[in-house]
Amino acid sequence: MCDTCGCAIPDHLYHATNEQTVRTVEVLEGLKAHNDQTARHNRHHFDAAGVLVINLMSSPGAGKTSLLEATIEALKSRYRIAVIEGDLDTENDAERIRAKGVPAVQITTGNACHLDADMVHQAVHALPIKDLDILFIENVGNLVCPASFDLGQHANVTLLSTPEGDDKPLKYPVMFRISDLVLITKTDLLAVLDDFSCAAVAAHIRQLANPAPVMALSSRQGRIEPWLNWLEEQMMKRRTPHFTPVTANARPSGVMRPHVRTHAHV
Amino acid sequence: MHELSLCQSLVRQASRVAAEHGARSIRRISVRIGLLSGVEADLMLHAFPFASRGTAAEGAQLDMELCPVRVYCPQCNRDSEVPSNHLNCPHCGYWQTHLSGGEELLLASIDLGIETDAQTLTSSKPWEVPHV
Repeated sequence: MCDTCGCAIPDHLYHATNEQTVRTVEVLEGLKAHNDQTARHNRHHFDAAGVLVINLMSSPGAGKTSLLEATIEALKSRYRIAVIEGDLDTENDAERIRAKGVPAVQITTGNACHLDADMVHQAVHALPIKDLDILFIENVGNLVCPASFDLGQHANVTLLSTPEGDDKPLKYPVMFRISDLVLITKTDLLAVLDDFSCAAVAAHIRQLANPAPVMALSSRQGRIEPWLNWLEEQMMKRRTPHFTPVTANARPSGVMRPHVRTHAHV
Repeated sequence: MHELSLCQSLVRQASRVAAEHGARSIRRISVRIGLLSGVEADLMLHAFPFASRGTAAEGAQLDMELCPVRVYCPQCNRDSEVPSNHLNCPHCGYWQTHLSGGEELLLASIDLGIETDAQTLTSSKPWEVPHV
């Protein structure tokens, strides 16, 4: 009961000694501001260490860990690789990676359906990132939630295994739209799957206005060369100093823009 | 179910703004959610009471404005509303459009319950204002 007037209105503050007025405050702040800030921080770590970071996403069982095993086997003589494994409950995937002789940090997310930038940040500090060339982040198997969280990666790679069906990009547009590369895995099964078309996957990706390359692989048969070549390309890009020419129409006419240095010239 | 963690960060952000304005309670939270943001409005509504329990936002009304997916076509220079899984230009069919709307995930505004001094109100009790 309200002490002031004796009424039984549940929202008794209205009648309390201190009256309230309502004031609307405009905020206009992203709901993921905290995650995005941590992701930027992670990216800064990665760039300072000169490591290429790839976020691998797919539904459960699409073959992320198998692809990583084959990739490590093919590249470990030339590149120093490490893996961050996101999993709901087990260490199984991390153990498979460690068996290949590269460091792996397991993030057990419990009931969380995705990795976020904070989890990755913690894992990064458990890895010798200054001594790495490529860091793979194997996200939680899920085609929905991981797409909404930036981790600080340089590229999003999404796997789509042939038994899942070629219409997945249209069912999960949020994830496939932001993918920088789409890998069709388990193509050794195409012989028995007459309703899966790799061309249809590519067409669906274009329908999402995404120019990402679409590659057909089979980790089991060791057919992963296009993916390895793509990784090599990314490594080259990261090792080439950036030069962004100013286009003629972007330059204000007759005004010389000051040269702003954000890094030491050596 | 990442809506619960998004709701928790929403509540943290709103509570921080409330504290900055010296408000003890939040009456209404207004967010904008794009149809390509990966967030389900219904799940946000379900998660909000759990995320806000015991905070300044407990009992607040959560208003959600759903923002449609829009693309800009550089070929025919038009901006159009499109379905979330068909982002090509609906006018000329050009496929490399730019997303101009639908990714929003924004805390737009909040209504704060601001406490005013009781003494200044003794002469004008707002609950005694007659209905007109």
